[in-house]
Amino acid sequence: MKDSTRNIQGWLLFTPAAILLLAFTHYPTITTFFQSLYTNKSIIRPRRFSGIEAYESMFSDPIFWKVFVNNMWLAVGTIPTSIGIAIIMALIVNKAIPGRGFLRMAYFTPTMLPMIAVANIWLFFYAPDIGLIDKVLEVFGFEGNNWLGNPSTVLPSIIVMTVWKEAGLFMVFYLAGLQTISPELEEAAKLEGSSRWNYFWRIQFPLLLPTTLFVLINAFLNSFKLVDHLFVLTKGGPDNASNLILYYIYETAFSFLDISYASALTIFLLALLALTALAQFFFLDRRTHYR
Amino acid sequence: MTYRNRIQTSVELIGAYILAGFWILPLLYAFWAAFHSSSDAMHFDIFSPLTLDNFREAWSQAPFARFSLNTFLLVSFILPGQLLISTLAAYAFVRFKFTGANVAFALVLVQLMITPEILIVQNYVTLSKLSLVDTISGMGLPYIASAFCIFLLRQAFKSIPKELEDAAELEGCGTMSILWKVYVPLATPTYIAFSLVSVSHHWNNFLWPLIISNSVETRPLTVGLGIFAAPESGVEWSILSAATLMSVAPLLIAFLIFQKQFVQSFMQAGIK
Repeated sequence: MKDSTRNIQGWLLFTPAAILLLAFTHYPTITTFFQSLYTNKSIIRPRRFSGIEAYESMFSDPIFWKVFVNNMWLAVGTIPTSIGIAIIMALIVNKAIPGRGFLRMAYFTPTMLPMIAVANIWLFFYAPDIGLIDKVLEVFGFEGNNWLGNPSTVLPSIIVMTVWKEAGLFMVFYLAGLQTISPELEEAAKLEGSSRWNYFWRIQFPLLLPTTLFVLINAFLNSFKLVDHLFVLTKGGPDNASNLILYYIYETAFSFLDISYASALTIFLLALLALTALAQFFFLDRRTHYR
Repeated sequence: MTYRNRIQTSVELIGAYILAGFWILPLLYAFWAAFHSSSDAMHFDIFSPLTLDNFREAWSQAPFARFSLNTFLLVSFILPGQLLISTLAAYAFVRFKFTGANVAFALVLVQLMITPEILIVQNYVTLSKLSLVDTISGMGLPYIASAFCIFLLRQAFKSIPKELEDAAELEGCGTMSILWKVYVPLATPTYIAFSLVSVSHHWNNFLWPLIISNSVETRPLTVGLGIFAAPESGVEWSILSAATLMSVAPLLIAFLIFQKQFVQSFMQAGIK
């Protein structure tokens, strides 16, 4: 093939994807950035260049700090727990035990549900007095609680629900990781008289480290991208106690119609995600070096 | 097996089933509640009479048939679009190593971190300029070029031996027929894996469809259900359960039937 035909054909094949990517990824990223440097246009005054004003007001906005800290708590609360549970699930399902198919199905099914449906189901568990949790507490003689209406329990309640929803997906990644571990290692460990506990911590867990890294970063990204449940459960309330960055962006843009501020928030979120993704690149590269 | 080992194994087995119980019971409860009246569901009256009223009620309160159709149309617009456009792009990267291909690929990968979910504000502006707000195509368009799909197909195409391609060329196959007869068939597992992941993702997607749709004619199931369930609408719990079940049923049934393929696809897509 001649160089010129190769180039022309190659670019022609790539063009449709390029146009769509430019239109819906690169172009909006750039316009979001510019938008954040200008004030909002209104009927009485045109937009004007305002430099970093939007960012200054962002960093002095207590709600911004609140949603950011909420997001961090959500990540800290969901990720280690769901990874721990996912590893246990993968170890269970990886063995030849009775009802393996059923167990795998049970663990994975919540992953297939939309977050909206998950929220609908959990809404009833958390309902004050009539909800399942308060009913169970009542049987044991404990006081009920308005789980989603109380600023100190709303985020933990959402964390529990998110762990339930996500553990099954992470289990699948660990299952894939476990299957790459040679069965000979287990036999050797058995011959050496090593306990299962020992085998897990000395052999399996270290070999699963790349999987853990992958899951860790993706779970972190997910905790910033997934806000659907807030629409049904709390609308970010009470008093922003469960509000998250992306939901705050949505409110700012589509309820308060403050595009300039929403753009500044979006740029902040993008920077955060980009840094995380770069960290992933860096770490995953290192892994391939020592293999 | 020693006595001690046997005890250990059965304890583990019980633990495994208790965990499964925690994971499946919320769903079973919603399922059970959907077939009982709200007051029975609230009192956990396990042997109360079965009823289909909740489904009838939910069905008449919101146009779930229309929502299902919209979701179906959305998914059947996005998936073929993604497969077509990504196939061409991946083919360009693997076979044509055109000038600037590395830079182009880096620009593709940007979308892996900057996903359309985050650019909701500006994409809404773009779509209103194209007057595609409140259309199914507008809802699907930002997802059609998928970096993830291009990435997966590029990996799959790269593993295809050069000899097959050369043989096809000797047989007189042109550029497009090599793609169609050599590359695509050999990447079938990747196509299946991506398709299942993509369909589940877009069937369940909520935020962007919510923003871009504002009529019954375009709202997909998730958005319809979300509005139906919003705290201010105050629907009864059993009716909500019925509506939730109706919304998740198609995908859930597909999952239960093709469970193995689904799990394997998520696995494959995850490890790349």
